[in-house]
Formats: sequence, C-alpha cells, structure tokens
Amino acid sequence: MNTEQFRICPESGLQFHKPAETLMRIHAVAAIVILLVGGITALLVTLTRWPAVHLLPADRFYQLLTMHGVNMLIFWIITFEIAILYFCSSTLLRCRLATPRIAWLGFALMMIGVVVNNAAVLKGDASVMMTSYVPMPANPNFYLGLILFAVGALLGCFIFLGTLVIAKEEQTYEGSIPLVTFGALTACIIAVFTIASGAVILIPTYMWSMGWIEHIDAVMYRLVWWALGHSSQQINVAAHVAVWYAIAAIVFGAKPLSEKVSRTAFLLYIAFLQLASAHHLLVDPGISSTWKIFNTSYAMYLAVLASMVHGLTVPGSIEVAQRAKGFSQGLFQWLRKAPWGNPVFSGMFISLIGFGFLGGISGVVMGTEQINIIIHNTIYVPGHFHATVVIGTTLAFMSLTYFLIPVLFRRQLVMPWLAKWQPYLFGLGMGVFTTVMMGAGTLGVARRHWDMAFTDAALGFDYPASAYTLMGLVGISGMLAIVGGAIFILVTVLSVFFGKPVESESPYGVAATILPKAEPTIEPAGGHAATGKWGFAAPGTFVFAIFFLAIFVVYYAVNWKYLASVWPMQ
Amino acid sequence: MSAIQPPAETIWWKQPLDRVEGTWISIALLWSLIMFFMMPIWHVYGKQNLSNEAYRTTPAAFMAKTQAMVDEYTVRTETDMQLPVVHPPPGSDIYLIGRLWQWWPLLELEKDQTYRLHISSMDWQHGFSLQPVNINTQIVPGYEMVLTITPDTSEDQTIICNEYCGLNHHTMVGKIYITDGGS
Repeated sequence: MNTEQFRICPESGLQFHKPAETLMRIHAVAAIVILLVGGITALLVTLTRWPAVHLLPADRFYQLLTMHGVNMLIFWIITFEIAILYFCSSTLLRCRLATPRIAWLGFALMMIGVVVNNAAVLKGDASVMMTSYVPMPANPNFYLGLILFAVGALLGCFIFLGTLVIAKEEQTYEGSIPLVTFGALTACIIAVFTIASGAVILIPTYMWSMGWIEHIDAVMYRLVWWALGHSSQQINVAAHVAVWYAIAAIVFGAKPLSEKVSRTAFLLYIAFLQLASAHHLLVDPGISSTWKIFNTSYAMYLAVLASMVHGLTVPGSIEVAQRAKGFSQGLFQWLRKAPWGNPVFSGMFISLIGFGFLGGISGVVMGTEQINIIIHNTIYVPGHFHATVVIGTTLAFMSLTYFLIPVLFRRQLVMPWLAKWQPYLFGLGMGVFTTVMMGAGTLGVARRHWDMAFTDAALGFDYPASAYTLMGLVGISGMLAIVGGAIFILVTVLSVFFGKPVESESPYGVAATILPKAEPTIEPAGGHAATGKWGFAAPGTFVFAIFFLAIFVVYYAVNWKYLASVWPMQ
Repeated sequence: MSAIQPPAETIWWKQPLDRVEGTWISIALLWSLIMFFMMPIWHVYGKQNLSNEAYRTTPAAFMAKTQAMVDEYTVRTETDMQLPVVHPPPGSDIYLIGRLWQWWPLLELEKDQTYRLHISSMDWQHGFSLQPVNINTQIVPGYEMVLTITPDTSEDQTIICNEYCGLNHHTMVGKIYITDGGS
C-alpha cells in the first residue's frame, strides 16, 4: 500500500488519507457556505412571521422560504453527511478512500445541483416550497438541480461502500467494523433508498414540467415524494446518532453498553424508517386507515423503539465511562462532572436532549393517525422538525465540527470562549423557538403562511391574542438561535482560514497501521454493575429515561383529550 | 475510544445485555405497543376519525354537484363578490370547493345535525383548516373526500387554507356558519 499519503494526528491518534482529507475538508466548507445561505433566509423568513415586524412582501417570503427549506433540509445536511461518510470509512478504518476522482465528480455534481436549484428559485418562478407538490408547477431547473445533487450524493454513498470493501480486503482493521462506522453504514443504506425514491418521483416531475408527460397523480406524488422527503430525515437520524456515539467515544472513551443492542437498534432503522412517508398522508383522501396505522407507527413503533434505545445507551455509555473514572457518587455526579465548557460535548448533549424531549415526543404524537387531524399543516409541524433536524442533527454536526477543526483542518479554534457559549445560545434559542411554534400550531396557526391577520382577504379571521404572543416569541427566540448559528459560522470560518496552525507536527508518509480492537473492559470487582446502583450499570441515565417516558405519556394523553373536544367526525 | 474501534470481543453478539438495557427495552416496547393499539381502539370507541370514503372525480363533475347544491339552497349572499351562503337540509350531502384562492360556497349548518361534507380542489393542492375548532385535512385535485361531520359547538367557523397554494394563499378564507337549528 502507498504509505506516502497517510498522516497520523498526534492528539487524536486518527489516521488520515490525503485525498480523503481534502475531500472531507471541501465538503465541510461547502456545507457551511450552504448553511450560511440557509441562515440568511432563516433570518428574513423569521422576521416576516414575527407579526410585529412582518418584513418581506408575500412573493419574496414564499421564495425565500422555498430556498430556506431546500438549502437546509437537503443541501447543507447531505453535503456534511458525505464528509461524515468519508470520515467513518477512510479515517476511522485507516483505509485509503476508494476512487477519489469519482468522489470529486460526485462533489461537482452536488454543487452544480445546488447552484442550478437556487438559481431557479431566485429567478422567481420556482417558489413551490421544498415539497413542490404537483400540480403546482416550477421552473424545470428546480427539479433538475435536485436530481443532479442526488446523483452526486449517490456517488458519495457508493464510494463509502467501496471503501468498506477495500478496508475488509486489505485488512486495515481487526474484527468487526466499529459501531460508529456501522451507524454511518445505516445512514448510507437509508440514503440509497432515499435517493432512489427521489429519482422515481423527481425525474417524472421534471419530464412533466418540460411538457413531455401530461399528468402526475397528486396523491401518488405525495406518497413517493415523502419516501424521499422523510427518509432523507432518517439519514440524518442515523448519522447524528452515529455522531453522538463518536463524540461519547472521543470525549469520554465511552464504550457501548452492549454492541448487540446498539447495532440492532440501527438495524431497526433500516427495516422500518422508510415507512415514515405515511405520516405525511394521515389526512389525505384515498388511503385506508389500516395502511395509515401500520405505516405511521413504523410497524408498531419499532423504529421509535430504536431511538428510545439509543436515547438510553448513548448517555448510559457516558455514565459508565465516567463512573469507571471515579465519578460515581449519587445518581448524577457523572453528569455534573462532565466537561460542560467543551462545545464538542455540550453541543452533543443538548442535541440529544432536544432531539428526544422536543423532537421525538412531538413527532410521535403528531404522527398518531387521529391526532394528526388537529396538527396537520399547522406551524406545529415546522416546530417539530426544527427540534429534530436543527437541535438534533445540525447541533450534533456543529459539535463534531469543533472536534474536526484541530484534527482535520490542523487549526486552533479562534475565540474559544465564544465557541464555548455557542451550543447553549443556539440550543436554548432553538429550544424556545420550537416550543412556542408548537404552541402556536396547537392554536391553529398555519405553516407556510404569509399573513396570519388575513388583511387582504375578502372574509376575515382573528386568531386569539395568545397566538400572536406566541408568534412574537417565535420571532424573538428565532433571533437568539440565528445569533447562535452566526457565531458558529464566524468561529469555524475564521478558524479554518485564519486560525493559527496546531502546534504539533503531523507529517505525511507514515506507515499505515492496522486499527486494533478496543481494549477489553476491565470489570470492576463485583461485575459491570458494581459501580452503579440497583444492579444497573447506568442508574442516573435510567432515571432520566423514566422521566422522559413520564412526560411522553402525559403529553400523549393530553393530545387525545384535546382531540376528543373537536367536532365528531367519521 | 471504543465506539470508534472494532468491538473488543470477536463474538460481540454473545455479550449479555446489561440489566439497565433489558429493563428499558421492555418498558419502551410496552409503551410502543400501547401507542400502536390506541389508534385502532380510537376507531372503535373514539368519535373523531376520518372516513376511508373518497372518490376519484374531475373538477367539472365536482363543480356540477356543488352548483346544483348552491342553486337549490342559497339563502343569501355576502360581500361585494356576492358569495352565496348555502343552508342545506340536515343529513344531506354538502359540497365545498377549494380553488385559487377561495373556499366556495359559504355554508350554514345546524348545530348537532350530521352532514356528509364532500371536498375537492379545482386546481392545486389546498389545506382545509377549520378554525377555531382546529380540524385539518389535505385537499387534493382529482380526489373527492367525504367527511361525516356533526358540529357540536355554536361558534361560527372559518376555513383557512394551510397548504401553500401560490401568491395569494393567505387570502383563501371561507366560512361555516352554525345556527341553532329549526330555521
């Protein structure tokens, strides 16, 4: 093997392959530029939905909301995820990256797609929202941009899979692939499914927009489009859970409680998450209740079960690692003594809490067949998915970026004091933002809507004053979150382009080494659980989990009660 | 650094479960099953369920049925646009059109009476959102959805559109007036 192209990071011990390293850097930088575009549109959209400000005119609002959705939900996250796939294969497995030239082709296609799509929206005849529901037409380039981006991302997925094959072939690691790589493999498999669904729906829609085919059934479109739209969010879940495990391992040296449980939970994602398309169609005509119930529950909530398992095993693994270091007093000393000033850890932990408590509970509640009647298309829906995708995925990726700046980019973090506060500001801002959005949605405020006062309408409607208060709070908390996001972009861009180089040397040309198995756990006297309580290795985490479940149960019951108060229907 | 390294044991799938994991998985699985069975249970015992009744239709066919109802049961008109207000007999089939950018016609229903409400779109997708009672469904062109509804509150209701449908989406407002019956 050509060893010229490898270097070892002295701080982390990670081994980088030069072509993979360059590709990861370029993907991460491109992702953050897209995040900036998404952030600017977020600012303008939020300032318009803040009733007291109501900044933009209607046409501009719908245009920028379309841009915000596509750039954030698809372009930013997937571009960053390709970097994660290369990291989890080439770097973690100490392996050369498969076909770097094709990886560059994939990157080029993705970026051309981003430009083509955004240009179409900026031109003004593609303000169709991310979902582009037929028969509302968009400029054909809107679909073409998405298709090009998807083809590029698919190449990235295949390169990840190819790299796994090479690592196995060239025996760059002992035993089985690490859990984090396994999680990334899950994300990759879901991504291939997602992109295939996207091709099935977007290629005909492109042909329809060109006038080559006459008709696309609107319900069929919704069914297949959401196999793209929701499954792409499941790539994020698998990827950010893998990032949680990675950060727990990096910061604490944490080891999964059991490999079997964590890996099975990832497998449940592959088996059931694709059914998610269903919970966008719960109040659609022409689809039976039986189909809705089975699919919206991901087959009896087995994928929800998987997330609840990760929600226990990630903090549980941290608790066990901390207890082994001696932080074993009471239930929560392990958590109090965690490095709360390190944004790599604090961001990851806020991501975990926000994803579970805000995003997870609300998602399951509104994905209940009948409860969806009181929530569908209200602003509750963006409230939910900002909790999952922004607090969950984006904040997890931000934390990982803080780790990658010295390790991958070989730069010191500028303004570390600002970086230290960033996850708190961003997490708190988004936490309030999503909560008040869900509150306003419960009062019936619509999503994707320019004027909640209906001033130009022939017939009027007045929302209760409390709805206006909540939308005002959406504006204020949104500004907090945007400042948090801006600080992240500022710190990372300044560090990468102007930061001081890391002091240690990391030259290329080292001999490639084989990734060894983890150290066997040293069992404390009395077994695994002796440092915990009640025979549990992680009693503090268990108490947290029960607290989570109690809130879940109460909130679930409250929503059934609310549903029971609306008009009888059948 | 173990989650980013291969498992310590080659035969890692034989490692026994920790007690904390086993307990939590059992509780979480039980809760998942409860949530799953709540949905069919509500179909049997709950009063708020969407029907499975829907038909393929065309804008022209649906327009003809709606027009017939408007011609027969209009009681007055409202606003400069002379929007018809329709008071159909209780128990009957009633029709509502969603189109750019209007819910048509306005309906007047009697409290505690049951109606079969048919809704369809003439053009793009729309969101039927009845406020303040807060009932929301998706309205899709080519499909005629049938909801059997029983208004049990006397407050007049507004229909807003909550599926984005173009530039004047936010002006798409309709009404369902509720009377105390016997008019």
